[in-house]
Amino acid sequence: MKDIREDIAWVKINQDVMKSLENPRKLYWVILFCAICAFGVGVSCEIYQYRTGMGVANLNNPQVWGLYIATFIFWIGMSHSGTLLSAILHLMHADWRKPIYRFAEAMTTFSLMTAGLFVLVHIGRLWQFYYSLPYPNERGIWPNFQSPLLWDAMAIFTYLSSSILFLFVGMIPDLAIARDNMADGWRRKLYTLLALGWEGTDRQWRNFRVTYLTIACFLIPLAVSVHSIVASDFAMSQAPGWHVTSFPPYFVAGALYSGCAAIITLFIILRYTFRFEEYMTKSILKKIVRLTFAIAMVWTYLNAVEFAAVWYSHDEASKAVLIQKATGTYAPFWWGMIFCGSVVPLVFAFERFQTNIPVLFATSLLLNLGMWLERWMIIAPTFSHGLYPWTWDHDQWPSMVQWGMVFGSFGWFTLLFMIFCKVFPSVSMYEVKEMVYHRTLHLKKSEAAEQGAH
Amino acid sequence: MSVSNLLENWSQFRHTHPVDDKPHDPYKWAMSIDLDACTGCNACSIACYAENNIPVVGKERFQHGQQMHWMRIERYWDEDGREFADQGAQFLPMMCQQCEAAPCETVCPVAATNHTADGLNSQVYNRCVGSRYCSANCPFKVRYFNWYDYPTDDAVWPAEMSQQLNPDVTVRSKGVMEKCTFCVQRLTAAKSVAKSEGRIVREGEVQTACQQSCPTGAISFGNLVNPESRVHKQWQAQQVEIDKDKQTKDEKEEGSELRGYRIFEDMRPYPSVMYLERVRESAV
Repeated sequence: MKDIREDIAWVKINQDVMKSLENPRKLYWVILFCAICAFGVGVSCEIYQYRTGMGVANLNNPQVWGLYIATFIFWIGMSHSGTLLSAILHLMHADWRKPIYRFAEAMTTFSLMTAGLFVLVHIGRLWQFYYSLPYPNERGIWPNFQSPLLWDAMAIFTYLSSSILFLFVGMIPDLAIARDNMADGWRRKLYTLLALGWEGTDRQWRNFRVTYLTIACFLIPLAVSVHSIVASDFAMSQAPGWHVTSFPPYFVAGALYSGCAAIITLFIILRYTFRFEEYMTKSILKKIVRLTFAIAMVWTYLNAVEFAAVWYSHDEASKAVLIQKATGTYAPFWWGMIFCGSVVPLVFAFERFQTNIPVLFATSLLLNLGMWLERWMIIAPTFSHGLYPWTWDHDQWPSMVQWGMVFGSFGWFTLLFMIFCKVFPSVSMYEVKEMVYHRTLHLKKSEAAEQGAH
Repeated sequence: MSVSNLLENWSQFRHTHPVDDKPHDPYKWAMSIDLDACTGCNACSIACYAENNIPVVGKERFQHGQQMHWMRIERYWDEDGREFADQGAQFLPMMCQQCEAAPCETVCPVAATNHTADGLNSQVYNRCVGSRYCSANCPFKVRYFNWYDYPTDDAVWPAEMSQQLNPDVTVRSKGVMEKCTFCVQRLTAAKSVAKSEGRIVREGEVQTACQQSCPTGAISFGNLVNPESRVHKQWQAQQVEIDKDKQTKDEKEEGSELRGYRIFEDMRPYPSVMYLERVRESAV
């Protein structure tokens, strides 16, 4: 099975991708409509909470954090696979990434934006948010540089800005193609502006390559550090169940895992709605599925390490939290996480399912459900079962306001993502051409070699 | 935290008492609570509500766990199969322990909770953004968040009740964290008077609301560095030292006559509240 047909004409690549900017299938508009509705639900919940107070989320003492922080980690995690695909695999010369890295990188950017919103809806005084930013002010007051939450804010801002830059720089040659092929209108003006006068000269290509590579190298340590720092929010505290040194790698593995699963989901959706069957081929899908399977097993292993570390630490409070997770109020969700995160991915081990689109679609959604549950199971049980009996509160349940905002965040993400795919080329045209070109060369060489042998 | 801290041997720094190099002078506010004397009557809690303008949130919000009692009486029962379980009830008055190495202080992103020179763990309401990380990291869970806008809530403070508010204490707004302050408004007033007379605050000159209202005198409060103070004498008698993470009582394996202990000593928050273990048999 080939990653891509070698005989696609370059003009056809341009036409096919440009078509995705013009007329997607009807499903696109359905998805867009649903996304707007879902986002509307989230916004109304936030307006209600903002006006009334955080209490409507049904948080309390000791359960001061809830689904907001859990979903925040979820979205941060989601952002990691874009970097894996676009930067790490770029450095490793895995050229099968070329048709799909653009949307993965967009996913990174938009899921970071979604995660940022959860920090905002979580804090009690949204209107004083800027206090946590290190800006010079006449009072001479700085944020607390000891707080992992502050490292978090900085890491996320850095990662977000670098991701946007990376996404944009990688898109410049394609924006030039779009500029040259688009009829007059606001979009053409936009592409002209963003293409930065790209003409495809040798000098431009050389500078472009160096810039792209530099940002890719810069982005990889950032991606690892961001989720390690999110893990530090927990590992650096002394709450039972959080005070675990293996948290940073565990979080990074979980992040790559949920990100890869999301790439499978979006791959399937884009392939259908934008008629990208020629570019997002089943062979590429198979490679992502195998990658996801490997990461799923790493995650399972690290999960086991975490439980073992808690179990053998003889820290009674942490142990009690672990037992509480497996047998208490949250048991169905905790076991659901184990099932969705460690058992469901076994489907990927079977070759016949590796290209079966309906099965992959359902499985990838289940994997992400499992990963969302994982984040929730990090937050809630620790709060419900504190260090001593008075702090136990096993029955607090998140209110509809919290659920509404979690639901709304999916709408917000989908909305941004779908608009991006309609406005910008979501398949990298110039890199697909490179890919086709290299494969043709390779084909010609092997044909020549064959003839020589005769 | 300063640069000099970063240059020090970090592990050493975390294992010793954070104010070793700058002992509290002339004040270190501390408390001791005699659990033998506590009857669990809740007078301290009520006095605290009145003194500190704490919102009474009402039944429904209480059921949601959103109550604000800075001073709370925790109840535990002996499980020794007695006929009336309540006879085995034990009480633990719990409020902010004003830890010397407070877990809440290091995690606040905006440095809204800090240590004062007289050994209090202060909360700056104006600076708080409400991330609630402090509460997440507090082992005692004694920090309370303003889940609603209580000052404007008619059910919490009806208009005619506004006259009973203590004018010396801020009414906290929506979205900030609050907690026991050791009645800092009284301490400040007393210190100010003492300063104008060129002396330090005398023992008994200042009381916290909970101490004042305790019918059995279970709570004593004062300046730990003043050798005349009752608190100082109690801490000394129990051989409890503020900058140790294991007290004499716990060092002896065979048990000891000493009663003084601090909660979660081994986590090294170095609390400023010493409890005196109960020795008498339950209420009857």
